[in-house]
Amino acid sequence: MGGGSSRIYRGNGVKLMLPSWLIIGSFLLLPVMMMAVYSFLTKEFRGGVIWEFSLAAYDQFFFDRGLFGDEPPKLEWTYIGIFWRSIWQAGLATIACLLIGFPTAWFIATRDPKSRSIWLFLVTIPYWVNLLIRTVSMKFLIRDTGPLNEFLMASGIISEPLGLINTNFAVQLGLFYSYLPFMVLPIYAAVERYDFALSEAAADLYAGTWTILRLVILPVVKPGIIAGCILVFVPSLGAFLAPDLLGGAKTFMIGSLIEEQFKGSAGNWPFGAAASMILLTIVMCVLLVYARSQNKGEAR
Amino acid sequence: MAAKLDLRRFPGFLAITILCLVVLYAPLAVVAVYSFNASTSITNWGGTSLTWYVDVFTGPEAPKFQKAALNSFVIAVCAASIATIIATAAAVAMTRAGRFRGKTLGFALINLPLMVPEVVTAVASLVFFSAIGFTTGLMTILVAHTVFCIPFAYLPIAARMQSIPDQYEQAAMDLYATPSEAFRLVLLPLMTPGVLSGFLLAFIISLDDFLITNFVKGAGIETLPTAIFGSVKQGIKPNIMAISTLMLGVSVVFVSLSWLIGRMGQDKKQAS
Amino acid sequence: MTSFDIAVAVEKVIKRYGSVTALHGVSLDIRENEFFTLLGPSGCGKTTLLRAIAGFEDVSEGRILLKGQDLTGLPPHKRPVNTVFQQYALFPHMTVTENVLFGLLRKGWSRQDAVRRAQDVLALVQLSDFANRKPTQMSGGQQQRVALARALAPRPEVLLLDEPLSALDLKLRQAVRLELKALQRETGIAFIFVTHDQEEALTMSDRIAVMSNGHVQQVGSPKEIYEAPTNRFVADFIGETNLLDVTVQSISDGVATVLLPGDKPFTCPAAAVLDAGSGHLSVRPERISLCAEPLAHLSATVTGHTYLGTDIQLHVRLVDGEAMTVRLQNAESTVVPATGAHIGLNLEAGAARLLAD
Repeated sequence: MGGGSSRIYRGNGVKLMLPSWLIIGSFLLLPVMMMAVYSFLTKEFRGGVIWEFSLAAYDQFFFDRGLFGDEPPKLEWTYIGIFWRSIWQAGLATIACLLIGFPTAWFIATRDPKSRSIWLFLVTIPYWVNLLIRTVSMKFLIRDTGPLNEFLMASGIISEPLGLINTNFAVQLGLFYSYLPFMVLPIYAAVERYDFALSEAAADLYAGTWTILRLVILPVVKPGIIAGCILVFVPSLGAFLAPDLLGGAKTFMIGSLIEEQFKGSAGNWPFGAAASMILLTIVMCVLLVYARSQNKGEAR
Repeated sequence: MAAKLDLRRFPGFLAITILCLVVLYAPLAVVAVYSFNASTSITNWGGTSLTWYVDVFTGPEAPKFQKAALNSFVIAVCAASIATIIATAAAVAMTRAGRFRGKTLGFALINLPLMVPEVVTAVASLVFFSAIGFTTGLMTILVAHTVFCIPFAYLPIAARMQSIPDQYEQAAMDLYATPSEAFRLVLLPLMTPGVLSGFLLAFIISLDDFLITNFVKGAGIETLPTAIFGSVKQGIKPNIMAISTLMLGVSVVFVSLSWLIGRMGQDKKQAS
Repeated sequence: MTSFDIAVAVEKVIKRYGSVTALHGVSLDIRENEFFTLLGPSGCGKTTLLRAIAGFEDVSEGRILLKGQDLTGLPPHKRPVNTVFQQYALFPHMTVTENVLFGLLRKGWSRQDAVRRAQDVLALVQLSDFANRKPTQMSGGQQQRVALARALAPRPEVLLLDEPLSALDLKLRQAVRLELKALQRETGIAFIFVTHDQEEALTMSDRIAVMSNGHVQQVGSPKEIYEAPTNRFVADFIGETNLLDVTVQSISDGVATVLLPGDKPFTCPAAAVLDAGSGHLSVRPERISLCAEPLAHLSATVTGHTYLGTDIQLHVRLVDGEAMTVRLQNAESTVVPATGAHIGLNLEAGAARLLAD
């Protein structure tokens, strides 16, 4: 009967939402729209923009017109390459998180309730620790003169440093490490909801282990897996700290590319805005596909 | 049958879980241990000492970090408080006000800060503040933090509200409580655990932020993360490890707090 | 009946939720100092009506009067009625006493008076020893009594009870029925009690309104409702009944002559003015006796029986194929006919009623 107490608040919905709409609307939605506008303006050399319509930012992103801009346009791979590498890195980090996070979540969700909350607590703590500090800690641990290499060299396993730092691997490790809890938590929530009597019922109805996994468990756990992947992939894609601190020039990702446009002399605001728009579009597409899949799941 | 098909106990899952925890904790543990290193060389062990902790509070960089820490704290408290109040109102609207115009779209708007990549939010904020001539400084950081704190505060509050049957408010109204009394005397006390964990989450998220702050902060203004980042760019110094360990401690205290509050709420829920 | 002894008057109340109509013009008078029950299956509109009286639902049309005062538009906190909720809705963050004080203080009682009143009411429901407990530390039965105390404390004009016994187990439920009835006598105010449990309704109520699909089907005392149902729904919903298709030969002065299956004529009271034609004859299973076939109103074949302890339920089939049940008391002398036996059934005088659809 739709909650009669709403009598108290009925008709006040808009009023109560207004503060959040105002704040987020004017300090996020409006800025994003403004950024969209900026991506179509002309760059000012000391940072900022000149209010003159221009497609130069997008043109620079996709095409190469030579040093003086007078050659016929060729596809420019530098920036597309950076985006592609970012997607690749974020994807690998997501897969790594899934491979480690799924068994972890499964393991925790199948403990008895008391130890479950302790395991969960242990996994959540790092999520609450400052991301910058975690990334710096990782850098400290794996760099050539860091404790990991010293330990391995002292114990004679290797004779020279692994050279982990400033590699793609280091960036993936950093992303993996940064967002692993995001993978564990939603999968845990899904597995915890799973009623193991269902697999017993399935076994009773002549299903083997593999069939049970595929037909009974997967449909229940899938939303958690998808949510976890989204929660890892999206922030990884635009990550700044891990690539900046753990990677080098060869591991440049979107976040750093954008950041660079707004800092220092090489700044190009319209170009940074354009790159941001492209990133935002990719992320929104991912989220849209996700929302679609969730809706379909509900309808079923 | 159970022995053949115990899906609860895949072999190796324990090992992977432990690996997972090792990965999560090893870097933090190493930094915490090395922060007690007496040596100035950060990777050679020179005996246990509190030198670097003393340095954090009295060393040459102490004023800079203390100012940054104060900024971080003030911004986190303010942003989390404002966000919690706004998010509470929104949660009441979403869970109690029935249907209203713009509900679905409004819900998406609340979650927008979670959907937009951080770096994009940072860029958009910078562009916006510079376009409207809002001088960058502490205020810009506060505004930007409030925005992304709202959804984080909203989640636990709304979750808590949803678990409170609206019968309680009906009973209050039935017993002659005015709408504001029904909110103050019944709904608010019941949702307190949700509001507290919402505040704590928002507080931590604000404290955690580097990227957006780095874009919108004015010249010469630092928060703890931006100050640490600036320092790390010149190499990881031992005092950074001491600061990191202190922040790690603060985080652990906060998680434990929110965990306890969560349990408090759960006990109530179970009992009712 | 004079108007001032009506506690609550429900006048042509219609309640719509979008395209769904929950109440189709319901009119009821609930008298002062009576135990009045709204009885019906789930979704019949009984809870909606109760909530409309409490003020949790606005009515779409019609009005509700409390002691002659129109309640339309008054929010719940301005209506001098109190509710015992189905799940009690005791405030979990307050002690029992604080729960009971809540309404008194909101109503503007001084703290001193309120505390005294709370003590009295808690004594009334025998919970004086639990005054400082939290409701969550109490059993279901105790919680139910706290809910009662809380609702009675501010001396409401009318007490509304929304299936307050449904959360209790069977044994407790039966004991509480008597307590509740006694409490109503003691307080001297009207109780409006919502339930889907006919036994509850029959044992406690002064009067019952049977509802279905948003209509009031019949209002009357438990005896009237049970023994003189006015229509098929009421007869079927209250207790067990056999509904036989019969041919109506004549009706005059509320007495009908009908042709039973097997073409024997039978005279019985008729619930409503009906035309000659076909009708439904309601026969309670315990009002049928077995007899020798030639003298019987009905001839039947035994198809089986069910042992119920105090009773034995006999399943029979009439000559036209209709199934019926007969209740035999489980006495020493009772002889249960074997399955397949041909028997005669005698309908006791006044046991059967002709009903409208």
